[in-house]
Amino acid sequence: MFESLTDRLQATFDTLRRRGKLSDADVDTALREVRLALLEADVNYKVVKGFIKRVKERAIGQEVLKSLSPGQQVVKIVHEELMETLGEPGRLNLGMQSPAVIMMVGLQGAGKTTMSAKLALHLRKKGGRPLLVGADVYRPAAIDQLETLGKQLNIPVYHEGPDGSPPEVCANGVALGKKEGHTVVILDTAGRLNIDAMMMDEIKAIKSQTEPIETLLVADAMTGQEAVRVATDFNEAVDISGLVMTKIDGDARGGASISMREVTGVPIKFLGTGEKLSDLEIFHPDRLASRILGMGDVLTLIEKAQEEMDQEEAAKAGQKLLEGQFTLDDFLSQMQQIKKLGPLGKVMEMIPGFGQAAKGVDMSEAEKDLKRIEAIIQSMTMLERQRPKLIKASRKRRIAAGSGTSVQAVNKLLRDFRDMQKVMGQLRKRGGLKALGGMLGGGNNPFGL
Amino acid sequence: MRFLILAHFQLFPTTQHPPPNTHYPTPNTQKIMFKSLRDSLKKTRQSVFGQIVNALGAGEIDEETWEDLEALLIQADMGVETTLFVVERLQNRVRDEGATQTDQLLALLKEELRAILVEPDDFSMEEPREITVVLVVGVNGSGKTTSIGKLANRYKQVGRNVVVVAGDTFRAAAIDQLKVWSERADVPIIAGSPGQDPAAMAYDGIRAARGRGYDLIFVDTAGRLHTKYNLMRELEKIYSVCQRSVHQAPHEVLLVIDAPTGQNALTQAKQFKQSVAVTGVILTKLDGTSKGGMVFSIYRDLGLPVRFVGTGEKLENITPFDPDQFINGLFDASEPARPQQEESLTEQESPPDESTADDQSKKRRWFSRS
Repeated sequence: MFESLTDRLQATFDTLRRRGKLSDADVDTALREVRLALLEADVNYKVVKGFIKRVKERAIGQEVLKSLSPGQQVVKIVHEELMETLGEPGRLNLGMQSPAVIMMVGLQGAGKTTMSAKLALHLRKKGGRPLLVGADVYRPAAIDQLETLGKQLNIPVYHEGPDGSPPEVCANGVALGKKEGHTVVILDTAGRLNIDAMMMDEIKAIKSQTEPIETLLVADAMTGQEAVRVATDFNEAVDISGLVMTKIDGDARGGASISMREVTGVPIKFLGTGEKLSDLEIFHPDRLASRILGMGDVLTLIEKAQEEMDQEEAAKAGQKLLEGQFTLDDFLSQMQQIKKLGPLGKVMEMIPGFGQAAKGVDMSEAEKDLKRIEAIIQSMTMLERQRPKLIKASRKRRIAAGSGTSVQAVNKLLRDFRDMQKVMGQLRKRGGLKALGGMLGGGNNPFGL
Repeated sequence: MRFLILAHFQLFPTTQHPPPNTHYPTPNTQKIMFKSLRDSLKKTRQSVFGQIVNALGAGEIDEETWEDLEALLIQADMGVETTLFVVERLQNRVRDEGATQTDQLLALLKEELRAILVEPDDFSMEEPREITVVLVVGVNGSGKTTSIGKLANRYKQVGRNVVVVAGDTFRAAAIDQLKVWSERADVPIIAGSPGQDPAAMAYDGIRAARGRGYDLIFVDTAGRLHTKYNLMRELEKIYSVCQRSVHQAPHEVLLVIDAPTGQNALTQAKQFKQSVAVTGVILTKLDGTSKGGMVFSIYRDLGLPVRFVGTGEKLENITPFDPDQFINGLFDASEPARPQQEESLTEQESPPDESTADDQSKKRRWFSRS
């Protein structure tokens, strides 16, 4: 959507610098870029205004003008200020009372039902005994949906069918949770418009009857300028205690989270990051700030890699690389590991600086290349994979036929692999491989995670 | 200008709304200093576009007019680019036509906005044809299933032989949800089982519907984010299956976008259009406070018309898109004002920090780059 804010600001400053000394007015010019970036990211207009004012105060105080790279300086300030606005990652407060009641509220289609199930799973992983309560009697099959999800997770769901009265259903659910020794009761309420007075009265009634310790506003990360109003209205009605941003796995910059956080003052507690019920993340202000600025998200990538990759396997591969014994077999397993991270395009986007580069490349082609390489290696014998030098003309023909590719493709792979080994050898001589090995090893994470 | 807004609010003393709750949840220390900002934010509580009418009420067109206009358009989710486009066009017209008063501006603004919403071609769902296949796509939670239910009802009412195909085999209970809608609309449903291959489901569904002589087939699909490569590939497969099932199908591919969506709506539309040749948009949840300003960008960038708007949870809450009504709706100050004790706080807002001549050239540069 927009190139990195850093580049844009640097370009602005470079132009200005040619005129000689930078002035306060020049900072204003740069801040206009920041303003546009934030508006494009769906941060609310008014929130942006206040934000820019705060950034300006800091920028002027910090001698940005004398700095060699004022663009980067301004971005740093903006990033810090964004993080400060986003606040500390909110933790779920379950209190001392059991069961702890969590009420989920929000607009239609924000993702409350899915999020309720995700949260239940998350809390069970932490040792809790969750009970889900289906209080959406309006949307067709909403209760069925919650029940299906409950079955998938083997978590009980309480409901009274589509004819129940939501406040009663919730109160009964909490009573049942207490009786049956559940530690957490999650109330999945119907989606409602913040201006629908009757429906807002309903969640007020649910709140007063069940006294939830957490009232979470579930909001779509793609929400636009109205985020402010939605958050304010829900907050006024039921005094929300936390925000949950869903569908953050799309490519919306998620500026709504800033707006909502700013007007309610309540922390962001969770992010919904995918369709799987385990796709729930604790909120990290630094990552969201980077995302809002379009700066990539290398931390998420590393974390994902750690989650999805086989650590032992990776450690072994790292060791082999260090010792110069990396074979085509190891190469194949590395490739398969990377594939687990998701579509290449998405992986690339998470690497700072690659997001833009990745846009120009047809990732589906790259994806096909990977598949071809996989097929070629799989068409080799074990011995060939260990000792690629054995592969001469006749073997090449066999491999090409077996993988449905051409001899040229086999040649290219072998050449690439040789080149890689060469580079590795050079790195090894310079001792630069230690760090790389560590990275692949995963065990001692260079990023200190 | 601000005085005018204030004056307007006081014209409506009998408000139904409760006075704004001045209680905030215990703010942490860091938040306290931003309280004034938070208070001033309450201003957005009035319908944004309604404010345009007030803001442009009367007086001379000056810098502040443009700034207010820009603010209001952006707050309606029109997006930076489209906002700057509209403002610039207006500025040119004001100069060319010698308008000096703000009350002349509203009519011009409406004209400019109307010009963006180009009248679309004939709508194949309305044309007589032996069989019409309509594929409905969109991101999660935008309202696809609900819209299909409402549309099925609408076309059944006018005598069409409607059937719905439950192509969302992924989301829990999505099939049940469509079943309830099909009962409400009293149209048959063709459904398989959860987890089934959706493309196969679509193919079988369309063939079966065709065999039984239905003439309007709605195919539901699972919600998917346009960034999910594999899911978009799956959708492409569903699309090509539709193509093979009936000549020239799918006749319409309708993308469902909900009005609260911000600038990402354009990206969604681009991606879905690229994958499955979207022919039109259904704009849902327009009964909330969101005005759906992002459809202007979708018209401008992609030439995709809005075909229907969803305005509630009831079966009949769907209407064909009427551009004039839509634009008038934008300016409809239907929202009664609230007591504006926070008005005084606007003084604390930062002074206008933009819209100098320099800024104009800057905007143009920004504009030309995109």
